[in-house]
Amino acid sequence: MMLSSSPYKKSSHSVSQLMQLVIFATIPGAIALFYFFGWGVWFNLIVCCSVAYASEWLIVKLRNRDPKKVLSDYSALLTAVLLALALPPLAPWWVATIGTLFAIVFAKHLYGGLGYNPFNPAMTGYVLLLISFPMAMTTWLPPQSIAAQAPDFISSLQLFFSGSDSQGNTLNYYTLNADGFTMATPLDEIKTSFSMGYVFDEIKNKPIFGDWQNVGWQWVNLAFLAGGLFLIVKKAISWHIPVSFLAAIYITSFLAHGYDPQLNPAPMIHLLSGATMLGAFFIATDPVSATTTNKGRIIFGAAIGFIVVMIRNYGGYPDAIAFAVLIMNMAAPLIDHYTQPKVYGSQELK
Amino acid sequence: MSPDNQNTIAYTTTYKFHGGIHPEEHKTLSNQTPIIDLPAPPIVVLPLNQHSGAQSLPCVAVGDSVVTGQKIAEAKGNRSAHVHASASGTVVAIENRVIAHPSGQSDLCIVIETQDNNKQHFLPPINNPFTTSKQSLLDRIFESGIVGLGGAAFPSHIKLMPDVDRLIINAAECEPYITCDDRLMQDEAPQLIQAFELLRHIVSAKECIIGIEDNKPEAIAQLTSAIETSGLTTINICIVPTKYPSGGEKQLIELITGQQVPKGQLTTSLGLVMHNVATAFAIFEAVTLGKPLIDRVTTVTGLGCERRGNYRIRLGTPLQWILEQLGVPAEQKFTTIMGGPMMGFKVPNTAASVVKSTNCLIVAEPDELNEPSTALPCIRCGECADVCPANLLPQQLYWFARSDEFEKAENYNLFDCIECGACAYVCPSEIPLVHYYRYAKNEIVLRAKEKQQAAKARERFEFREFRLKREKAERAEKHRKAAEARKKAAEAKGQTNEKKATIAEAVARAKARKQKKQDDQSS
Ligand code: SF4
Ligand code: SF4
Repeated sequence: MMLSSSPYKKSSHSVSQLMQLVIFATIPGAIALFYFFGWGVWFNLIVCCSVAYASEWLIVKLRNRDPKKVLSDYSALLTAVLLALALPPLAPWWVATIGTLFAIVFAKHLYGGLGYNPFNPAMTGYVLLLISFPMAMTTWLPPQSIAAQAPDFISSLQLFFSGSDSQGNTLNYYTLNADGFTMATPLDEIKTSFSMGYVFDEIKNKPIFGDWQNVGWQWVNLAFLAGGLFLIVKKAISWHIPVSFLAAIYITSFLAHGYDPQLNPAPMIHLLSGATMLGAFFIATDPVSATTTNKGRIIFGAAIGFIVVMIRNYGGYPDAIAFAVLIMNMAAPLIDHYTQPKVYGSQELK
Repeated sequence: MSPDNQNTIAYTTTYKFHGGIHPEEHKTLSNQTPIIDLPAPPIVVLPLNQHSGAQSLPCVAVGDSVVTGQKIAEAKGNRSAHVHASASGTVVAIENRVIAHPSGQSDLCIVIETQDNNKQHFLPPINNPFTTSKQSLLDRIFESGIVGLGGAAFPSHIKLMPDVDRLIINAAECEPYITCDDRLMQDEAPQLIQAFELLRHIVSAKECIIGIEDNKPEAIAQLTSAIETSGLTTINICIVPTKYPSGGEKQLIELITGQQVPKGQLTTSLGLVMHNVATAFAIFEAVTLGKPLIDRVTTVTGLGCERRGNYRIRLGTPLQWILEQLGVPAEQKFTTIMGGPMMGFKVPNTAASVVKSTNCLIVAEPDELNEPSTALPCIRCGECADVCPANLLPQQLYWFARSDEFEKAENYNLFDCIECGACAYVCPSEIPLVHYYRYAKNEIVLRAKEKQQAAKARERFEFREFRLKREKAERAEKHRKAAEARKKAAEAKGQTNEKKATIAEAVARAKARKQKKQDDQSS
């Protein structure tokens, strides 16, 4: 018998609509990545999405469910998109493939599928890749505006699939700047420069930081910020996590910078580099693995922001969104338990 | 009338309640025309359980002829309600009939075949209610079988017993589609003001506040001018924003007073009591006309019904007959909902009839309402918690209810859920959350009962064991005592023999000694 229960009216947001909206909101960020870092982002997107689709279809079949129904919720696609956007453009194709497989099969379906995964699948895949293939995961092309040479579409395709293009250049060749030095992301640059004994004032003058914040990266981050604000306006995500996350990044880095300006990057660098905005609006907000109470979300977001700055400033990795998110995923049930709202009528009793 | 003057009668609240939703209203479907009387149907089927509390007991027999307004079933105890004949005619059956219930179940009903509806038997009007004693008024309300007409169907005479500071009239009517109170206020404003004043008098309140949503400007205008013409200074109108479920008792109290009813307590702990518009009207008619509760205004709406509107319908009127009267083609398969779309239920069988709590019938076209679809897993988005007026965590309650972790569900305040359905309304996974809460509440109550019974059974069992043991022990004791007695007796017997022997011995010895002495002396 079909279950019939009030209410007989529903609002229009469905899970698949929500997921589609979030995917849609990544478009500005993806375009910015394309603009500054070339074709790789599309390749990653295509590979991640196809692998996600295929692997989810297969595993759902194995679990004896209806693949059509499961796939129509778009959650696997969103996981794939987020992972693709976090990967270095032109990392080899198998990086994207392995990461997606792990995210969908292990991080999602072995835990029971949508709604049951305690860890953010995209970030689980990302961390696996970072630990297994550190070289491939940290080789970023420089922004095209300051690159000595940028690979064209054909070269990019060749680099992506075979590791070198028809002229025999590998990815490393394209990461060199005009002076023949390897260029990295701003956060990498900071990390390595600090370890080489430079101070922040000197590092700031490197070409990657440009005149205003981080060349290329600030626009990528602003694009994700725009997409994120759109999601808040559309009520697809609540403001709690992004706001507390960004506030915590700002405050923590501000204090660290104030404490020792030469050894800790300025807050704006933190806010507008790496995966900050992608993390704030698209990754930390994954409802399944985050806290579910509003008070809890503020704590959750703030803790992630804090951990990110701590790892960036004092830890071994240049960026830290993935680690911070996974750490806080573990704490989410506990936070939920201690942040229950006050039930109607219980205020007066105290 | 000056605008200032008007402002003092009607004001807008500044308070809010947590959560709430804005479903599409669909009120204009039915609130455009005045209330119409439906005639008496050929038969009325009156369930004996139209109220919360014990089922009432029939006081007529099959074959009796009855007249409109005659009591046909007695309240069983004080917390129940009488049932009156809603039409004149002959009682043709007292038997189980399909009642309006989500499961389509049957229950005991009195069935009357109607004839000659001009006859009626009302109680004598109370002409000067404001000088009549409270007890007489409460008796009248009880005699008239009046229960809360907003949906809960709680006997009104009980709710009116305690005296309070403030009477609140619930005119919010926040559920989509329903307009029966709205229409009653538009059509009968002057009468209603008298009714409210009467209720205020009964509970000795200093003031009466009408809580009404701002989507009923026509009703607000009618009430305002009726208050003005009446010259009463005890009645005010508090306009609350349109937001479901503002008409929930606790929510409306928070909207009007800014206070929350303390958990586990009644509204009287805040010096308040709340009554619904239609209930007040029924009480007014019972007092001033002597008319028992035999009909009510019900909204008949939905796109499946062409002649939508509000109708005064006799209790016990079969839904099927109403639909026929209003031109709903019988062969068409429409979904019929009793109550609103948020808290009502689907009527599986239109042979069921209108009861005291039937405020609305929705005859829905196939696509008009959301039919249950296959739910997705909960993605913990928390939208349900954002809209929950009780400030619960519906997603956690769902989790616990689903996995039968009832104790945890109770710890997360399951019983503070008012089943408003706001959570399920927004849930992107389309989980029928309220269904799970009802299930969990039922199970908990059931298990508590079972536990009680089990405890009683165990007690009985243990007592029996105890008794058996005691009896056994007593028997054993008896045996022991008997044995002892026997032994003693035996011993005693033994002892006597011994004594005799000793004595004999002693005697013998003495004799011997004597003999020896004599022998010595003689020698
Ligand atoms: S709205 Fe539905 S999916 Fe979202 S948390 Fe609540 S129950 Fe889960
Ligand atoms: S049905 Fe219960 S849990 Fe859901 S919103 Fe209403 S009060 Fe909250």
